Amino acid sequence: MGISVRNVTKRFDGFVALDDVSIDIPSGSLTALLGPSGGGKTTLLRVIAGLETPDSGEVEIAGTNSTQLPPQRRNVGFVFQHYAAFKHMTVFNNVAFGLSIRHRPKADIKKRVTELLELVHIEHLADRYPAQLSGGQRQRMALARALAVEPEVLLLDEPFGALDAQVRKELRVWLRRLHDEVHVTTAFVTHDQEEAMDVAGRIVVIANGKIEQTGTPDELYDEPASEFVMSFLGPVTRLQGRPVRPHDLEIVPPSTAGAVPGKVERVVRLGFEVRVDVATDDGEVWVQLTRGDADRLAVTSGTAVGVRLALQGEAIPAPATAQA
Amino acid sequence: MPCNDGAGAVADASRTSTAASRIGLRTVALAYVGLILLLPVGLLFWRTFENGVGEVWNQLTDPSALHAFRITLIVAFFAVLGNTIFGLGASVLLVRHQFPGKRVLNARIDLPFAVSPVVVGLALILVYGPHTSSGGWLADRGVDVIFAVPGMVIATIFVSLPLVVREVVPVLQEIGDEQEQAAWTLGASRPQTFRRITLPAIRWALAYGVVLTLARALGEFGAVAVVSGNVIDKTQTAPLYVGSAYQNFNQQGAYAVAFALALIAILALVVLNLLRPKEHA
Repeated sequence: MGISVRNVTKRFDGFVALDDVSIDIPSGSLTALLGPSGGGKTTLLRVIAGLETPDSGEVEIAGTNSTQLPPQRRNVGFVFQHYAAFKHMTVFNNVAFGLSIRHRPKADIKKRVTELLELVHIEHLADRYPAQLSGGQRQRMALARALAVEPEVLLLDEPFGALDAQVRKELRVWLRRLHDEVHVTTAFVTHDQEEAMDVAGRIVVIANGKIEQTGTPDELYDEPASEFVMSFLGPVTRLQGRPVRPHDLEIVPPSTAGAVPGKVERVVRLGFEVRVDVATDDGEVWVQLTRGDADRLAVTSGTAVGVRLALQGEAIPAPATAQA
Repeated sequence: MPCNDGAGAVADASRTSTAASRIGLRTVALAYVGLILLLPVGLLFWRTFENGVGEVWNQLTDPSALHAFRITLIVAFFAVLGNTIFGLGASVLLVRHQFPGKRVLNARIDLPFAVSPVVVGLALILVYGPHTSSGGWLADRGVDVIFAVPGMVIATIFVSLPLVVREVVPVLQEIGDEQEQAAWTLGASRPQTFRRITLPAIRWALAYGVVLTLARALGEFGAVAVVSGNVIDKTQTAPLYVGSAYQNFNQQGAYAVAFALALIAILALVVLNLLRPKEHA
């Protein structure tokens, strides 16, 4: 097991940040800790790194009980949201810091730092200072610095939170590829469900200091354990009081058997998607259609329609090689 | 006027009036600084050299003046040393740690600026004077505090206590603790982190605080006058020498030593500003 957290509780001045939390992060995995702000995910990450001491519970990293170890001896790489770049050092010296603390020979340090700077594509910036770098470059430098000491686990606290949308998307793809190359057990904190689903192989949903659910992105999306997880991972509407995904609904003629009758209130075109608001006896429900479906059905406001759960489409047959 | 619409004229007018008020403000600020600061110091320099450089040299090399300089440097050295170490420790404690009494310490650290130095001197005599229990206890062990260098160092430390702390604290707050935490996760011990991460980040604030402390220590009069007894060739510092010389109608001696004191402090500030990077590179 890469990281194992057992019954960890942490309070700050009476506020319970983590309430008897237990999770396992498998060795070599790329795991997202996903949840709303103030839900405890950053505290959990900092407890794993040793930057916070839990009130009770245990932390095990790569088979070693680390609960009592200081951050210096846990062998974790930690990347901060605001980079925590050493401002008075060049990029090279930032990345070399952990190695020079360990008194590695100069030649070894130079070789390793050069490799890492190439890995994160900032080898041409080795002699610059952090202030001369863009946000994305600084975050890649911080990653190289954390990887330099060959940590057992890599922990990233909202690593893309301070970057603009475009750079953010690029770095997501890049982090996934980096993980494929380096294979270090990685956990990153995010409040953005799209980012979690895009990057991570496993997602741990945390809210109010508790684990809501753990699983692959598909498991969480298709079989949410609670309404909270369902609404946090994607859009939710209610049909006869039951929460459903708007894109799992379809619009049919009003008298169709099993359909809930209603009247179209509004049709909003959002590019490829079309959002149809339908008033039913149990309140308003919104249905997400593709543009093609909306045009085919020719729904306009005022039309009487029926709404029902779409029949599950037929699965696409798996390719022949996979069946063998 | 090149633009003939009303909005442009209004904008031009408001630009002119801002320019006028800016010039007005500058004039007032410069006149204020000139009258309060530059004129007296300039006159002092001028009067010092009225009778030529040779006379200044004679006054500065007077044995009592030299002794006073030596005492001043000794007192200033220990006061700067003490307040640098204390100031660093107190700053880190105030910014990075939670402890009972933190707010009280934070509020009291500026106290020396609020209290008159003479009061400080008298208060120290009440604690360490030869007829008090703590002073007597120390005197029995051969340590004289009052009317001796230790008392003068304590008095100087007292009056310059906040200078390093007040320079370093805001910088420590601004840099935050994430760099230090990053260093820990990379394996650096707390002393290593302090030396390699924290200290380089606050070095200019610290240097500024040290120079201000030095300037204050060189020039302290009131508190030192009370605790030293102002004994010529024994416990007389350079500022006390200036005071005595002036009262004894040795105006040339007073001017020369005052000039030297001012020059040292100004030089320290100038050197620091020359070394200091314009903005963090």
